Amino acid sequence: MAAHEISLRINGKPYAGRVEARKTLADFIREDCGLTGTHLGCEHGVCGACTILLNGEAIRSCLLFAVQAEGAELMTVEGLADGDRLHPIQQAFWDHHALQCGFCTPGFLMTTLAFLRDAPRPTEREIREALAGNLCRCTGYKNIVEAVTAVAETLASAAHAGASPPLAGPADVAGSAAAVHARAALPGAQTRPGGKGSRSERAPSHSPKRRRS
Amino acid sequence: MKPAAFEYHAPDTVEDAVALLEAHGDQAKILAGGQSLVPLMNMRLARPAVIIDINRIHALDYLTPDGDVLRIGALCRQRCVERSAVVEARCPLLSAAIRLIGHVQIRNRGTVVGSLAHADPAAEATAVFAVLGGTITAVGPDGTRTIPADEYFVSYLTTSLDPRELITEARFPVLPPGAGWSWREIARRHGDFALTGVGVVLTARAGTVKNARIGLTGVGPTPARAARAERVLVGRAPSGALWDEAAEAVRAEIDPDDDIHASAEYRRHVAGVLARRALAEAYARTMEAV
Repeated sequence: MAAHEISLRINGKPYAGRVEARKTLADFIREDCGLTGTHLGCEHGVCGACTILLNGEAIRSCLLFAVQAEGAELMTVEGLADGDRLHPIQQAFWDHHALQCGFCTPGFLMTTLAFLRDAPRPTEREIREALAGNLCRCTGYKNIVEAVTAVAETLASAAHAGASPPLAGPADVAGSAAAVHARAALPGAQTRPGGKGSRSERAPSHSPKRRRS
Repeated sequence: MKPAAFEYHAPDTVEDAVALLEAHGDQAKILAGGQSLVPLMNMRLARPAVIIDINRIHALDYLTPDGDVLRIGALCRQRCVERSAVVEARCPLLSAAIRLIGHVQIRNRGTVVGSLAHADPAAEATAVFAVLGGTITAVGPDGTRTIPADEYFVSYLTTSLDPRELITEARFPVLPPGAGWSWREIARRHGDFALTGVGVVLTARAGTVKNARIGLTGVGPTPARAARAERVLVGRAPSGALWDEAAEAVRAEIDPDDDIHASAEYRRHVAGVLARRALAEAYARTMEAV
């Protein structure tokens, strides 16, 4: 079967490769781009572990062929943290013990990122509905819901604080630190087709990793 | 959990897609959202030799109100319909049912037309399409034709579409002025296929039911209209007793299957319960609409 040339962007960095048409986007991200944070559980669209953002929208990367993502802008779990500093959603999962084995966590984080962008002040019912497409066999979900509830409040108050003058430096108040980080990190989730996100501004300066290109 | 190899085409136009369908016939499958097809391919329950990916045919990505119908192009995502203020205002039954399709990650990719093409009798979009009496626009080597809902569904995952035809559009009639509506379904978990679901559109005038449409999902090989129950309702005065009578008629005219999720008997019972609730809710909404 013919191989197809594709190029796309992941977390602001360009990647290219030659793929068989049957290669899923999830496998391309993991095997060809070396980004193994995106996990594969069921490989038929049930478990949600492989959730990533495609042009800003949460999707199951096991249900898309890599060849279909030609020219797309992707965000994976590797795009969340800013160096050693966790994204507020990751920090909330840490703080609330919202993971045990951690296998499902990348999917939950990416689902949460898109969800809170669209629904910044969700009810618990809305949170549970939003997370229903991600399966976790360890936690019983309670702590995940608590983490999302907490980070929704953190990010909403950070967005509110964003209207005031920028903070001069790293703040020692958790909420304020999150405010700085939220402004830096959340625009990544806001990238939509045809829109301009600020992710490229944050792209690391080292050359893109390319394999089999 | 890896699909078998296939030949991949991504045409830019409907004409090119139809030419590919004509060349490959039933060896080919159309790929739109892929939320039903790709799982089947990953599990190798489907092994199409040729995939015709229509995601590059941008002309099919639209949602357009046109008089008394909503025209939904083959690339319009379920999420787009779910978020549409026009759909919410003019066809809230569709909005409500769409929200219960899978999960948000599924609806971000899945298309309404793809759901109709797949024709799963337990799906939401198919039942809404049947209740409203929508039409399919299909383009094939011999040109364009229109297929009404009652001639479209044939059996499980089977439609009257020719293998060489591409659905370009589905038309969903909007609700009549003053109509009440309801979508009720029972699923084990949010996002699961419904064990049974009921959609109702009802109009009333001068204390009697003027028109009633009842559609069901998950109770047979195709989405079903409960025609006898509809006839029970027309011209009668709304009441709890009337809803009960209609619910019994629904139970009498459906023929659900057993499967690992629920027995036929349970589905039949639940279909009646849901029909009763949906009728009461739809009627209450006719009162709000006045």
